[in-house]
Amino acid sequence: MKINVNTIRNDFPLLQRQVYNKPLIYLDNGATTQKPVSVINCIHDFHRFKNSSIHRGVHYLSEQATEEYENARKTVQQFLNAAHPHEIVFTAGTTGSVNGIAFSFGERYIGEGDEIIISEMEHHANIVPWQILCERKKASLKIIPFSDDGLLQTKELDRLITPKTRLISVIHISNVLGTINPVEEIIRKAHTFNIPVLVDGAQSVQHASVDVQKMDCDFFVFSGHKIYGPTGIGILYGKEKWLQELPPFQGGGDMVDIVTFEKTTYNRLPFKFEAGTPNYIGAIGLAEALKYVSSLGMNNIMAHEHQLLDYGMSRLNELGYVKIYGTARPKSSILSFNIKGVHPYDAGMVMDKMGIAVRTGTHCAQPVMQHYGIEGTIRASLALYNTAEEIDALVESVKKVKTMFG
Amino acid sequence: MLIVNTLYVKNIRDIQEEIIAEFEVYDDWMDKYNYLIELSRNLPLIDPNLKIKENLINGCQSKVWLNAEYQNGTIHFTADSDAIITKGIVSLLIRVLSGHTPEEIIHTDLYFIDRIGLRQNLSPTRSNGLLSMIKQIKLYALAYQTKFSEK
Repeated sequence: MKINVNTIRNDFPLLQRQVYNKPLIYLDNGATTQKPVSVINCIHDFHRFKNSSIHRGVHYLSEQATEEYENARKTVQQFLNAAHPHEIVFTAGTTGSVNGIAFSFGERYIGEGDEIIISEMEHHANIVPWQILCERKKASLKIIPFSDDGLLQTKELDRLITPKTRLISVIHISNVLGTINPVEEIIRKAHTFNIPVLVDGAQSVQHASVDVQKMDCDFFVFSGHKIYGPTGIGILYGKEKWLQELPPFQGGGDMVDIVTFEKTTYNRLPFKFEAGTPNYIGAIGLAEALKYVSSLGMNNIMAHEHQLLDYGMSRLNELGYVKIYGTARPKSSILSFNIKGVHPYDAGMVMDKMGIAVRTGTHCAQPVMQHYGIEGTIRASLALYNTAEEIDALVESVKKVKTMFG
Repeated sequence: MLIVNTLYVKNIRDIQEEIIAEFEVYDDWMDKYNYLIELSRNLPLIDPNLKIKENLINGCQSKVWLNAEYQNGTIHFTADSDAIITKGIVSLLIRVLSGHTPEEIIHTDLYFIDRIGLRQNLSPTRSNGLLSMIKQIKLYALAYQTKFSEK
């Protein structure tokens, strides 16, 4: 089934608006996505009619809210094809999930001299938490490099994996290059050495169907707001055996079993990892967003975005003065580029005034910029509601920028 | 010295008014940007030897280098940026503030930025180095004021 973009666009109220008296062309989906009306209504209705703290009261509203929250967990479980609902932990986002695992895994398994492997194309959210852990435990980071076209050099793992390696944490789809990394291959190799793998899915769940059991990752994390859901909600998937083993990363209410001043025992999974009043409305909104993308079909979304990516790549390449970063396949719908002789910030400023929302700068991935020796890129990141006409407008804006600065 | 300045140097308010008038003719953003590109060429460029880390004001989006020199009671700024629009705005800031006394610089309200519609370029979230540059300029002024009032 082909998705009908024109119908889909009607589901997103924000896409109808104008900026600077021009129709908005929103190509900053890698940063955050716009919300379909079903998600907006779901959150609105919850505040209006259903709001009540979960897992607490015996009253009607609390029971109902609890049920919706736990149903949201099941929706996420099905979306990722996780084996159990209690393998799904609600967090504040990808960053919160990575930090949580870095803390808990670090407490339990990391000691002096141990090593953690990440890649050269990580987002800062999958670098800094590990650096903090390494500093705390006197461990060290090792880096899988990537080639100039944006391909992860997984062969290097043979050299990087040592008896000291405790964990590999790797980005599924690069937020700068769009490269879809061969995580299954990395996981297979890591597992032959009994090394667990965390997959950062912040840029992947919204673009491709993910099956955590098939992938066999030990941890998988993503953010709600990048998959058409609300902000402030994210997912930490962990295999049951790991989540059982790991200590909690936050203490507070709801995550406990018996509390005395001498000793506290923890609640069962997944509540052990959900201290305090959780963002239950965020969780329910996220579930609604997952239902939305599922109703369209991940494969249909992927096919549409792929077509746009190919069209965008060829139109930008035609210009002859655009350098695209990340040309290796398989690639997701992220177009990072620079216009010859033009600073990305200048380009972004002019494009903004033409109604085009792109991101410029280092995209929270400074090591990727250092790889190429550049200050930043312009990034157009596409979503299911973008159109070929919007790519044309992007190309026109690039031409305009070139005449102004080039 | 102060009397000489008020006689021969346009005061900061006059320069700001002058800039506002220049920008009033542009109602289209592209024309405004084209004018900023033009202005970027007027920037008193920093000596390349002074484009060092100590003079770099790092923004996440663009870089600004700034140097200050004190001569006969007034401060003179030179600068550069890797982004042209930033450079254009820097040239405006320097046109307004350079050649004035530390006292004047410290107490200046840079209202022209708002009036020519470039306020968003100075918001902290832009992190293009401009806001830090203004802070740095005022810090230089404060430092020179302290230094010479002690003498």
